[in-house]
Amino acid sequence: MAEKIDPDLWSDGPEPQLMGGRLPSGQIVFPMPVGDAAEGVEPYKLSRRGKLWSWTSQGFLPKEPYEGPGSGPGEGPPDFPGYLLGYVELPGEVIVESRIVDTRLEDLHLGMELEFCIVPFNARYDTFAFRPVAQAESQAA
Amino acid sequence: MSENVYIIGAGIHPFGRTDSRSGREQGVYAVREALKDAGLEWPDIECAYGGSAAAGNADIMVNELGLTSLPFTNVANGCATGGSALAASQQAIASGMYDLALAVGFDKHPRGAFNAKPADYGLPEWYGQTGMMLTTQFFALKIQRYMQLHGISRTTLGRVAEKAFRNGTITPHAWRRSPVDLETIMNAPMINDPLTKYMFCSPAEGAVALILASEKKMRELGADGVKIRAVSVKTRPPNSFEVFQAGISIEEGGKPTVLASKGAFEKAGIGPEDISVAQLQDTESGAEIMHMAENGFCKDGDQEEWLANGWTEIGGGKLPVNTDGGCLACGEPIGASGLRQVYENVTQLRGRAGERQVPGKPRFGYSHVYGAPGLSGVAILERE
Repeated sequence: MAEKIDPDLWSDGPEPQLMGGRLPSGQIVFPMPVGDAAEGVEPYKLSRRGKLWSWTSQGFLPKEPYEGPGSGPGEGPPDFPGYLLGYVELPGEVIVESRIVDTRLEDLHLGMELEFCIVPFNARYDTFAFRPVAQAESQAA
Repeated sequence: MSENVYIIGAGIHPFGRTDSRSGREQGVYAVREALKDAGLEWPDIECAYGGSAAAGNADIMVNELGLTSLPFTNVANGCATGGSALAASQQAIASGMYDLALAVGFDKHPRGAFNAKPADYGLPEWYGQTGMMLTTQFFALKIQRYMQLHGISRTTLGRVAEKAFRNGTITPHAWRRSPVDLETIMNAPMINDPLTKYMFCSPAEGAVALILASEKKMRELGADGVKIRAVSVKTRPPNSFEVFQAGISIEEGGKPTVLASKGAFEKAGIGPEDISVAQLQDTESGAEIMHMAENGFCKDGDQEEWLANGWTEIGGGKLPVNTDGGCLACGEPIGASGLRQVYENVTQLRGRAGERQVPGKPRFGYSHVYGAPGLSGVAILERE
């Protein structure tokens, strides 16, 4: 496994969870605030299951600070594979922005069941994403 | 009791690409146009507010315009730079401190989408590294959900762009002056689903200057003034959904546009039905659609019928929207964009818009700008 893109972004272990924060008011936020803004905020492990709230595709190579495929030395738009991203509603917690993997644009729909996963990002880092919950498992849940 | 404030001079440097002029030089050009329009000389101006996002400080313009020692405040408020400059100069005159003020905005951006730095927005580095910090994605994510919830079709997105380019063909200051048909718009490369290349505005160049005057000064000069009935600038309320948010609250919050719109209508003492012409932030097609509802001009979902019937066209019967082609046809020089909308309304209310003139002597003009990190500015002008 590669390095985490941010050491504090998700928890370690066999069932990693995205790290959010619980404000003194009880509200759950993502990401976990840092610096002075973190005062009084408890780290909070977010649910691994959620529902698709909105989505889009990324059709062009982003400029820096993007560090994914297509951004390396000697690489350019032809090396850019495109990707899907969206917002995932974690029930009762918060809506998080994430890459969406293992699916196609035309299969995405509002309320679709998704689960948290860790995916390779570039030669050095892993990042987080959400992917569709397998049909049978989704019905069982 | 505050003084009435009028716009008595409006100048613009054509939007688009002008390789021979820096952003600030385009600003100076616009100021000279506005002075000429108002029948004034630079030394007449008593105070100035202005800025750009990427083309330097506005106050340096005194080098070219003249060293008159006037107070010149730089404004740096992202997409709302123009709106904030207008609000500040309006307050300077409304307070009774000054009789003549300048609001100016200009910009010059490199080609391609804007690239923001996470740290500038208080965001973690991974958000930018992994390719989630793009303004275009926010607009696509917002309209995608809106379309699902309110039954807006992709064709309606296309119609907004088609109208923009059509209006651009009859607007001298527009960048895109050629029509683009619906089929071409719909079949163009997808930038961020559901938005194709022609549904997005591009970063560009341009400048706008407005000269504001007290009522007394306007009468003294015998100037052709348009009254500022209301200006309202609002930042985001709790739990809102804005550009550059890695997390959104599950509680649906308010919207800065709704707040700015309500605030402006309240100040003006009129309602959406009184507006004769509107310039709404159209960073992309979906933004114009959502902003029609957020500004109170129609209900969520009604845009489908409005666009199909051409009700937002010039002479379209209900409310002409983005009569100069908006950001889609003019491009978006961040510092100048909000003031362009006001320039267009001044031109329309004075009846000087030529081929794109809204018929029936428009009385109230409405402009709305939206930008990162979630702020909106609304101005309502009146032809008395």
